Amino acid sequence: MNKIWLIIQREFLNRVLKKSFLITTILVPLIFPALIGGLAYVAIKDAESAEADVVHVLDESKQFTFEDSKRFKFVPIDQSLEEAKKIYNATNDFALLYIPNLDINKPEGVLLFTKENPSIDKVGDLESKIETRIHDLKLKEYNIDEATLKSLKPQVNLKQFNLTDTGEAKSSNSGMLYGLGFGLGILIYMFVLIYGIQIMNGVIDEKTSKVVEVVISSVKPFQLMLGKILGIASVGLLQFTIWIILISVLSSGTLAYFGLKMPQKQMMEQMTSQMNSDPQMKEAMDQQNSKVGQLLGNLSEIPFGKIAFVFVFYFLGGYLLYGALFAAVGSAVDSQQEAQQFQFPVTIPLLIGYLGLFMFILRDPHGSASFWLSVIPFTSPVAMVGRISFGVPSWELALSMVLLIGGFLLTTWVAGRIYRVGILMTGTKVSYKVLAKWFMMKS
Amino acid sequence: MDALIVRNVSKRYTNHTALDSVNITIPEKSIYGLLGPNGAGKTTLIRIINQIINSDSGDITIFGETLQPKHVEIIGYLPEERGLYKKMKVGDQLLYLAQLKGLSRSDALTRIKVWLDKFEIRDWWHKKVEDLSKGMAQKVQFISTVLHEPRLIILDEPFSGFDPVNAQLITEQILALKEKGCTIIFSTHRMETVESLCDHIALINKSKKILEGPKKQVKDQFKSNTFIIEHRGNHFLLSADRYELVKQERIEDDLFSTTIKAKEGIKGNEVIREIIDITEVHGFQEKVPSMADIFISLVKGEGDDALKKHLLEV
Repeated sequence: MNKIWLIIQREFLNRVLKKSFLITTILVPLIFPALIGGLAYVAIKDAESAEADVVHVLDESKQFTFEDSKRFKFVPIDQSLEEAKKIYNATNDFALLYIPNLDINKPEGVLLFTKENPSIDKVGDLESKIETRIHDLKLKEYNIDEATLKSLKPQVNLKQFNLTDTGEAKSSNSGMLYGLGFGLGILIYMFVLIYGIQIMNGVIDEKTSKVVEVVISSVKPFQLMLGKILGIASVGLLQFTIWIILISVLSSGTLAYFGLKMPQKQMMEQMTSQMNSDPQMKEAMDQQNSKVGQLLGNLSEIPFGKIAFVFVFYFLGGYLLYGALFAAVGSAVDSQQEAQQFQFPVTIPLLIGYLGLFMFILRDPHGSASFWLSVIPFTSPVAMVGRISFGVPSWELALSMVLLIGGFLLTTWVAGRIYRVGILMTGTKVSYKVLAKWFMMKS
Repeated sequence: MDALIVRNVSKRYTNHTALDSVNITIPEKSIYGLLGPNGAGKTTLIRIINQIINSDSGDITIFGETLQPKHVEIIGYLPEERGLYKKMKVGDQLLYLAQLKGLSRSDALTRIKVWLDKFEIRDWWHKKVEDLSKGMAQKVQFISTVLHEPRLIILDEPFSGFDPVNAQLITEQILALKEKGCTIIFSTHRMETVESLCDHIALINKSKKILEGPKKQVKDQFKSNTFIIEHRGNHFLLSADRYELVKQERIEDDLFSTTIKAKEGIKGNEVIREIIDITEVHGFQEKVPSMADIFISLVKGEGDDALKKHLLEV
């Protein structure tokens, strides 16, 4: 036990004290906020410095008037189209908009002339301005006022509840659960894959540098394998913890800093001030507020403590289960290239769990495919954490956990038997038959 | 007390037998040469003693006790395929390997310093192994083998990769360890090492032990009553009933070297007495076989009568 501890220490310190660990651990969480922050900064600067585009409007129908906005400045032209084109060409302005004498029920023949290809964004913006105007005109034509129209367009948000056995209704929110399941499932998938491969490479390193013979003259091969797996697990946990802390601190920091200057936020503020003066708008706003309140309520309904516990359990269970297999693969081969043929079959069940997450779990968390995926130990680490936030019956969770423990004990045992023979075998052409032979070999 | 007694140890793999009922006895405080051609089973035997692999049958006694996992702490092992953690610093590496052998951290630190001083490589502490030359890495590996002051040291081809100066340095250290009471097992096929250092030997061939004993005794067994006489004048006659001429060479002018083989029972003194009257004797020497001779003739199975007879006895 003491010796396993020494091995864990070495594996841990050797990785954590490396410069590359420090760099990846600090850089990865910096990259995302830096990207978000950088882009937001550029976007804001761009928007601030951009001058409004001048659009010449030749309106033959005489029904369209446009208000100038931050983006566009409209200059009415009152000439023939040919003349207007000439005038436009003489300027550096953005576009010439030609509206023929059109039938508002069949708005066709509107033309936009520009000097260079305009962005889809700007075109869309202009289109919507015209559409809005036509919309208003039609309302007038049919004698409909805004209020009637509003009452014609009811807004329904399903308020979701889960009915528990005791008949107590718990509100729920599928969108949020989807996001949570999705995020946690991917985290586990990534962790198992990244650190599993680190175990494999560590074993290959020891084998090719021949140091393994010295080490196993002091400790049992199984101790060495276990020490390596646990040592790398602690590196992974440390790295993930640092990432989570850094990402949340930095992201909220960047958002807090840039968020105030965000265009949407500004818009929201403007809207709010308008709404307060308009009783109808105020009503809508209240509705909005109650929705936010409901969302926050749902957030507090989600059993985060339970999810965190399940996450950590499957995080470690899945890692141990696959880690042992990766160690066995590393022990069987002489190089990383050679490892690929065995690495692939090991990652397939993990991949099935990952695909199952999108195909079944998140779409139908209580279907039978979801049940099996989250119970079978090879797929359950990814599948169960994806499913857990939707609510899983206790017996299913218990079954899945017991099977996962059994699963990693089994893979560790199998891997240990291959490992003890494999690490001393160099230069052998390894096939599955050979692996089976090693496994059967009596100690 | 014997340091190590191996009794009827066998190890079979699916396609071949690595060890076939091997018995060896290694006396305490000896330097014991484990000889044999490549693939004879030496490494398998060494790995079994180190408990890296288990034997199929047989038992091993170390300093009077049955071999158990705790005994890894009194064995030091230098494998033929040397290896250290390339990215680890020399000091950390030695510390780690010593602690795995059960040494406390503080003891390990003091001893590492002593050994680094002994080899005058104190400033290597912070060097990574990948930055060392092969010979330098070998020194570090040797230190790691003896750091925990094992009572039994197993060295597999210890001099490969060392230049003569460093080989001499290592030899001195090995002899010093023997003086301190360590028992040392050499696995090698370098016969000059065996001639100069070993006091006991065993020869393993094709998974069987075919010869074992104190070096002097083994050599005596292989004496074939052959004598080399240096003399002036190329002709002297000896009774063909009693002697057989093996070869005659001219050394210079009329100085010759003649090798004769006497019939069994004829002692060296008798030979001298006989030839002193018939030729001018300049030198007389009994031909003792070198370890290399014994090794080659036994392994090739082409030994003379004495060797064959010996094989039958074993």
